[in-house]
Amino acid sequence: MATARVRAWLAPLTAQRRRLRLWRRQVVIFLAVIGPGLITSNVDNDAGGIYTYSLAGAQFGYLLLWTLIPMTLILYVTEEMAARMGVFTGKGLSDLIREEFGFRVTFFLMLGVLAVALGNILAEFAGVAASLELFGVNRYLSVPGAALLVWWLVVRGTAQSVEKIFLAICVFYLAYVFSALLAEPDWVTAAYHTVWPTLEWRSNYLLLLLALVGSTIAPWQHFYLQSAVVEKGIPRERYWETRADVLVGSITCMVIVFFIIVCCAATLHLAGRHNIHSAAEAAEALRPLAGPYASALFALGLLNASLFAASILPLSTAFVICEGLGVEAGVDKSFREAPIFYWLYTALIAVGAGLILLPGTPLVRIMVLSQVVNSFLLPVVLIFMLRLVNRSDLMGEWRNSPGFNLVAWGTVVLMILLTLILIYLGLTGADVSLSGPPG
Amino acid sequence: MIHATELFDAGVYDVQGHYVGRVRELCIVPAERSNRIARVVIARGKYQPLVARHEQLSSAAPGVVRLTVNELQLEPYHPNEGWLSVRKDLLDQQIIDIHGRKVVRVNDLDLVEFPVNSHTELRVAQVDVGLGGALRRLFKGVVAPTWLRMVQKRLPTRVIPWEFVDVIETDPLRRVKLKLPQSKLRELHPADIADIIEELAPAEREAVIETLDDTTAAGALGEMKEELQVRILEGLDKERVADILEQMPPDEAVDVLADLSAQTAAAVLQDMNRQEASELAELLRFEGNTAGGLMTPELVTCPDTGSVAEALETLRRSAVPLETLDTVYLTNAARMLTGAVPLGRLLLTPPGGALVGLRTEQLVFVDTHTQEKEVMELFDKYNLRSLPVVDAEQKLVGVITVDDVVHRLWQRQG
Repeated sequence: MATARVRAWLAPLTAQRRRLRLWRRQVVIFLAVIGPGLITSNVDNDAGGIYTYSLAGAQFGYLLLWTLIPMTLILYVTEEMAARMGVFTGKGLSDLIREEFGFRVTFFLMLGVLAVALGNILAEFAGVAASLELFGVNRYLSVPGAALLVWWLVVRGTAQSVEKIFLAICVFYLAYVFSALLAEPDWVTAAYHTVWPTLEWRSNYLLLLLALVGSTIAPWQHFYLQSAVVEKGIPRERYWETRADVLVGSITCMVIVFFIIVCCAATLHLAGRHNIHSAAEAAEALRPLAGPYASALFALGLLNASLFAASILPLSTAFVICEGLGVEAGVDKSFREAPIFYWLYTALIAVGAGLILLPGTPLVRIMVLSQVVNSFLLPVVLIFMLRLVNRSDLMGEWRNSPGFNLVAWGTVVLMILLTLILIYLGLTGADVSLSGPPG
Repeated sequence: MIHATELFDAGVYDVQGHYVGRVRELCIVPAERSNRIARVVIARGKYQPLVARHEQLSSAAPGVVRLTVNELQLEPYHPNEGWLSVRKDLLDQQIIDIHGRKVVRVNDLDLVEFPVNSHTELRVAQVDVGLGGALRRLFKGVVAPTWLRMVQKRLPTRVIPWEFVDVIETDPLRRVKLKLPQSKLRELHPADIADIIEELAPAEREAVIETLDDTTAAGALGEMKEELQVRILEGLDKERVADILEQMPPDEAVDVLADLSAQTAAAVLQDMNRQEASELAELLRFEGNTAGGLMTPELVTCPDTGSVAEALETLRRSAVPLETLDTVYLTNAARMLTGAVPLGRLLLTPPGGALVGLRTEQLVFVDTHTQEKEVMELFDKYNLRSLPVVDAEQKLVGVITVDDVVHRLWQRQG
């Protein structure tokens, strides 16, 4: 009796109020949920990425385009695994690794993450130096300036609002789309090479192949994505939105890579410029669109990409490492509460920016090689992820499907093989460098 | 003092000095005694592991454990859900540091040897969450323990006494079997409990809420953000949600109820006692961003013909929470609001005085449909601590207190 009456009251009474709240909440959650995947993918196209794609197009024309479809699949599969673990365990990747594999394993993995992240941060500041040098700004001025700016943004806690501005400026990548269209590339050849794999057993081909994988499927981004998903606190019922977000992010990322490679193939490669020694040369790819303003456009885009990643990467790295080692972390904590976190964060920026200032630092080489190192760490991180995501006590019915396992384990095996081949080529005296005559 | 890490993989020797095996696991049986290492699991390669009970331990030093009995007297090992394992359940896991009011990760456990009759008991003294424990874990088996101890002396220590540690167990069945001592969280301020819970993963949040009593849980939930409240409550048993909501001030409870999904809210209302449920359903009529949605119906009223003594008596008998107790509202025979008397004035006036004479010079009130923004402006303009709310017939239905306004303002900012 009482039960029925309570129910009868409730329906009409709460209807209006709930509708209003629900609507508001849905809008907020949708905006919040659409974030992590898209941001991760865009940060991914950082300074190192842009140079790697440019170099791939310049050196090998359309030859490397076939890697994009499998890489899209791998990117989606691995990112989805990280996001799924974030939603269903509510814990960051390094947290999980620490809990399941113990302190020692975590420590050495974090050491690897630190080293690779430092390489990437180096690449971001190299990007800052290279882009502002196009405007005639000395790197001894631009790099410390950028380092201070990034450090200050994060410590002041304003980084998240600035993140949106950086994300907005990412429309710069559209410049490559238009430039590629205007350059009138050979679409038939491009289409052929997109679906038909061409393998060449030359060291610089393999090196660029690894760099491509390392820059699009960077290991740090899985840590970042999972933490971001946990931070947003996405509920299980809305997991499909995250999955959609990751899918959209992966495809967007790869479409951009496609156009950058095509654009550089149709301009630089065709013009016989097979090597990129400086930012000015890379900027030539945008000439069909921007004409004389090509280098200004390129510089702005590169600067944005570099600053975007530089504002996220050191922070996320410091956070992931502190989390794994069980030390207090987070910008909402004070310096006294989380000293190791702040020192680590500051040191990453200081060392990253400092090394760029050493005289004679080869900017382009650093940017591309940092991506190759990414690809060395990738299989290691993937193995940990796979071990975790397949545990029924952690994930329950949300364990990996056989298809996902196949793709991810396949990637692990392939990456290890490629790395071993590269090492073999290096040991047998082949010239393992980025330059070299194209075939 | 000996560290748990120094005992893992230590050689175990029986009373005759024969080698038995290696220490695989140290277990506490909380049901017996919450700080004693009650069982030592001994691995013997391909043979079945054995278990030494606490009274079978003769001594423990880094790398060497000696027993008081012969190997043959040891029992074979069978996993037991009621044992809290140091390596599996504590090392690298998160615990709650009650004293420091935060969530931390365990690096090592510090044990003290306690001579009892003819054997040695190992008792957990503290949890190591600092650099020392981390180094020990890192270099174990690579660097000799004595060296490690030397280095460690120079390092700052970060330890939490075992009695200030709350272990988080997410499996409800296991929690029952473990018989963990009651959560010490309840000694903390609800806002601190809320902060701790926010730091945890969803399953752990529910586990912690489950170990709290209704009143503490209600207090902690009241300090959390809306989305988090909803996420936690949707995961709990409906009866339990009803119990918790009954302990919340009605204005908070109704906000929570409006955020829950329709089925959950209906189920929760069914499980509540009838009076509470009807009170909440009444409040649910108002939109969240109006005075009606902000107010609580819990207040103290007196007839405006009464005396100070009568008002004080009413106050004493009322079960109204403290935050709404700073004003007594006067109503006429038709329950219409006619005045407000601050508590201070009541206390300073002799018991015989008439209430009417003590009313504030200006009576500020709003009706249930007044917008939130206007309410806030009134609070600011008249420096209010509470604001009465009336319905269309001028009848007093509730009061908005300053803590609700501050909470709302803060939420708007974030």
